Amino acid sequence: MNNLQQKAQQLLESGNYGLIVGYEKGTSGKARPVFIRKAEHASKLIFDESCDQNIAVYLYRQEIKHNKKKVIVANHHTLKSIVELAAENQVFDGDFMVLAFAENGDIIELNTFEEIEKHVATLYHGLTEAEAAMMKKIEDMSLEDRWAFWENEFSKCIKCYACRASCPMCYCPTCTVEINQPQWISVPSHTLGNLEWHVMRAMHLAGRCVTCGQCGKACPLELPIQLLTYKVALDSKQFFDSVAGTSICADNALAIFKPEDHENFIR
Amino acid sequence: MERKLLTKDSYRSLITKLIGQNYQVVAPVKKDTMIDFLKISSFDEITEDYIVTVSSAKTVAFPRNEKLFDYEKQNKKLTQQDFDFDSIPQSVLIGVRPCDAFGFHSLSSIFCWDSIDKIYTTRLERTTIIGLSCNKADDYCFCTSAKGSPGSTAGSDILLTKMTDGNYIAEIVTEKGAKLVADFSDLFTADGGADKESLLAKVAANFSVDDVLAKINSKFEDEAFWTEQAMRCIGCGACAYVCPTCACFDIQDESHGGKGHRVRCWDSCGLSLFTLHTSGHNPRENQGQRWRQRLMHKFSYMPDRLNTIGCVGCGRCSRACPVDMNIAEHCMSIIEN
Repeated sequence: MNNLQQKAQQLLESGNYGLIVGYEKGTSGKARPVFIRKAEHASKLIFDESCDQNIAVYLYRQEIKHNKKKVIVANHHTLKSIVELAAENQVFDGDFMVLAFAENGDIIELNTFEEIEKHVATLYHGLTEAEAAMMKKIEDMSLEDRWAFWENEFSKCIKCYACRASCPMCYCPTCTVEINQPQWISVPSHTLGNLEWHVMRAMHLAGRCVTCGQCGKACPLELPIQLLTYKVALDSKQFFDSVAGTSICADNALAIFKPEDHENFIR
Repeated sequence: MERKLLTKDSYRSLITKLIGQNYQVVAPVKKDTMIDFLKISSFDEITEDYIVTVSSAKTVAFPRNEKLFDYEKQNKKLTQQDFDFDSIPQSVLIGVRPCDAFGFHSLSSIFCWDSIDKIYTTRLERTTIIGLSCNKADDYCFCTSAKGSPGSTAGSDILLTKMTDGNYIAEIVTEKGAKLVADFSDLFTADGGADKESLLAKVAANFSVDDVLAKINSKFEDEAFWTEQAMRCIGCGACAYVCPTCACFDIQDESHGGKGHRVRCWDSCGLSLFTLHTSGHNPRENQGQRWRQRLMHKFSYMPDRLNTIGCVGCGRCSRACPVDMNIAEHCMSIIEN
């Protein structure tokens, strides 16, 4: 048994905790989310580089939300999402414990939002080199080429909404696409309707996207849609110095008003 | 069943001629990062480097958006332009894996259940399916547990099996297949008698779908079981949209001013909105109930009412799932619990 499994076993045996949300080995060695309730199942837990998925999405899930004795095993994506969800009052301080990992693999227990926020401050918040290269490739395109690039991508979208379902920040009980009086966004998955959906999604995540890339990882057609929300995240940083997932106080640019905000766009 | 030999050169000629004769030829093509069924204009676009394509072959007869009719309102007068059946092309669908080909059987049983869906049936009638046996499989494949096999001819009009020399065994399964062979008889030569079985992928049968069928009804009211089974499920529609047998659709009107059209587009029982009533009540209010519906539909309702199983063991849903809901595992859980 490794550290994590031992820790999980202790927590469940202590009776103070009843549920651990973490990762287990899935099909073909892929990691997947797992829900451990019994100490004897703690050996299923894994935590390695394959555990890349952001699992904060489960924290406010109906079946889990009201369980006051829960623990979540968090990678850096999940941690940042927890901070952003805390800022937006979607998760509550003291409702769960976080098991994070130090660089040397040691387990770090984080019990309060303040502790989580402090730990997150030690993490890297930019894009990876590969992601930055993809962003640059698109930014360098001419307007026509960029349009053609996205038109091609959007033509493939089947509107399964895996991007929405896997994003911790997409928690609205009724999504805009589900409002049909009026029908803001086309239901059929044609290129125009798909463009409407993805642009709307990106705008709703402006200043809220923690750049985990989970939307793109979830897409069965492998559309690089995470680049859309990355773009608004980078713009938020550039224009408003706001980085989502860093502060437990609501500060995302498009959701708050500051007296010193410029209003010169109103003409 | 009649067997012929189709050499790799003849296969190229066949596809080239079909394209030349204005058939719509749809084949697995590598586009960007994925391999999917797309209309091709040259043989060289085809790839055989896939276990299964991302989307299923159903898109040929049941596309994700199907325009049913157009309408226009002018000076209080409404004119309607019905679906143009002449617009459906004669198609040849190639590289279809046996699981996918058999999927049309399940799909047709739904679209021809109480009333015949003319658009679906016409699309399928005008499509000749040239299957391709599987010479490789992955951890998601479970056709042999779901009454299929990597070399099953069911559902194909012609089934090709690639030999070690790159040529193909062509099994002529249906009259439609025989007609295509007759139309290009010079390309099909006498069969050399190669052992087909030895060319096929090995897919272990880890369970029997009959055991799932026998057990699933007794699990219906076990809410705790379904809640636990669906804990991981995040409630998107990826599984249904890539599934070769999922047939649920939504009907939408898209209008602009006085003009518009009615569209049939894919829908999924995994989405929370699927059963939401106007009153606000949702009879399937949690993901456990929605996951139960998905499995009950495939392994209980379809076998009971349509005498077919709603799953062909292609494993597409499991591959597409962002959280690895592996349907074969869930089938085994039903048997074991």
